[in-house]
Amino acid sequence: MIDDFFIRALLAGIGLALMAGPLGCFVIWKRMAYFGDTLSHGALLGIALGFLLELHLELSVFLVCTLIAVTLFLLQRHSSISSDALLGILAHASLAMGLVVLSLMTWIRVDLMGLLFGDILAVSHRDLIIIAGTLAMTGIAMVFTWRSLFAATVSRELAEAEGLNPQRAEIIFMLLIASVIAVAIKIVGVLLITSLLIIPAATARRISLSPGQMMLASSMIGVFAVVLGLTGSLNLDTPSGPSIVVASVALFLVSMTPFAHRFRMRFRR
Amino acid sequence: MADKPLIKLTKSGYQAADRWLVRDVSLSVSQGEIVTLIGPNGSGKSTTAKMALGILKPTTGEAFRAQGLQVSYVPQKLMIDWTLPLDVAHFFQLTGKPSIQAQHHAIEATGISHLLDQELRSLSGGEFQRVLIARAIAREPDLLVLDEPVQGVDYSGENELYQLIGTIRDDLNCGILMISHDLHVVMAKTDQVICLNGHVCCSGTPVTVSQSDEFQALFGLRGNADIALYQHHHDHQHSADGSIAHEHRTGCSHD
Repeated sequence: MIDDFFIRALLAGIGLALMAGPLGCFVIWKRMAYFGDTLSHGALLGIALGFLLELHLELSVFLVCTLIAVTLFLLQRHSSISSDALLGILAHASLAMGLVVLSLMTWIRVDLMGLLFGDILAVSHRDLIIIAGTLAMTGIAMVFTWRSLFAATVSRELAEAEGLNPQRAEIIFMLLIASVIAVAIKIVGVLLITSLLIIPAATARRISLSPGQMMLASSMIGVFAVVLGLTGSLNLDTPSGPSIVVASVALFLVSMTPFAHRFRMRFRR
Repeated sequence: MADKPLIKLTKSGYQAADRWLVRDVSLSVSQGEIVTLIGPNGSGKSTTAKMALGILKPTTGEAFRAQGLQVSYVPQKLMIDWTLPLDVAHFFQLTGKPSIQAQHHAIEATGISHLLDQELRSLSGGEFQRVLIARAIAREPDLLVLDEPVQGVDYSGENELYQLIGTIRDDLNCGILMISHDLHVVMAKTDQVICLNGHVCCSGTPVTVSQSDEFQALFGLRGNADIALYQHHHDHQHSADGSIAHEHRTGCSHD
């Protein structure tokens, strides 16, 4: 099928950037950057448990991320610890537990650098199919829950009063974040997944005039960053995750210049 | 038709943690009726409105809403973050797509046509309030709930907004539940005033109240038929925790 490892990595990265675009916008609108970070740290625990229990890695990462999200939700309701402290505790607890479990399993040789920072050699045909499926699922879910999710972002009470169902939309959103993290590990690695959500969205904000425009722009900027970053990774032999993040930060910096502002003016109807 | 309530609370109360925010509230809003909740800060006005809207489930008592009720809500606070690029035109479609015609009508009635491509964050307090109301009426609601609609609006703007709310009722023939922290000024067009302070202190029509001399003196002073003075006699005192310090005397109607 697609024999060249680099083409596979590119396709996987582009698929990832496309779904990370709209989800990342909601992550920054809802001020959930640290929430995303905590889930992605938990991904390493998911990988460790996946090896231990011989599950599909994507599946075990998805399950662990969902479990962490539910735990956070319950603790925030019933505990007096502030939520940023909770996020910090859960993030590092799960990262550390993941590392400990991985090193205890002496019979498994794991490329830790690859897990933490991504590895473009690692993308298989099966990964491409999983990413395509997740992308389709994200698209469908966003079409159906977008209005409730967005209205709840502006005002949860307003959304509820006017007959929408923000709670259902937020649960679906959380599951989507968990799935993106599960499929993003091979390309960007556990430690840098959140940046793929946040940086393109923040870049898009500066050139967008409406929420829809911002989600679209965020996807496009993400795709551009992935192409730039992976090309750099191939030519300079750098890890793929950091390369993509450096490329997206560069785009973010460009968006801060007056040039980007003129670009925005042309967008105006 | 007018007798059938759109929403109705029956002896409803709400308890958060171990504190009662409001207790024993009964009220109903029918088509074409304006009901105003007044009371000091922390008296449970917003909580009562949220029970009526179904945002909060009453701890005791019942909340009834007519089936298929189209509701519009103007909340007390709305924070728009910098990260959210949202202009007035897009804000109109926040919870649904109102018809172009209804949007035009709402924009004209509130006089905000010059603000349509402005970002919400850049609006002044008064403009923002108008935009909130415009969005609410563009939905052509059966029931409009306004939580302190004149906050942040200067005195003349306040007059205009009250006038506008009266017109909305006549135009759409909807029921209106309005909250005001202002103990003295209530719209003349209000059909019923309910005074809350952790419970229903008293309620009545401003019409009966308006026949008092004090009302007429002050009413003339304000010089605008859309603002009425609801003469508010407290027959009991509240201690700091909201409990009632004195025995109720006659005239205090709790229902």
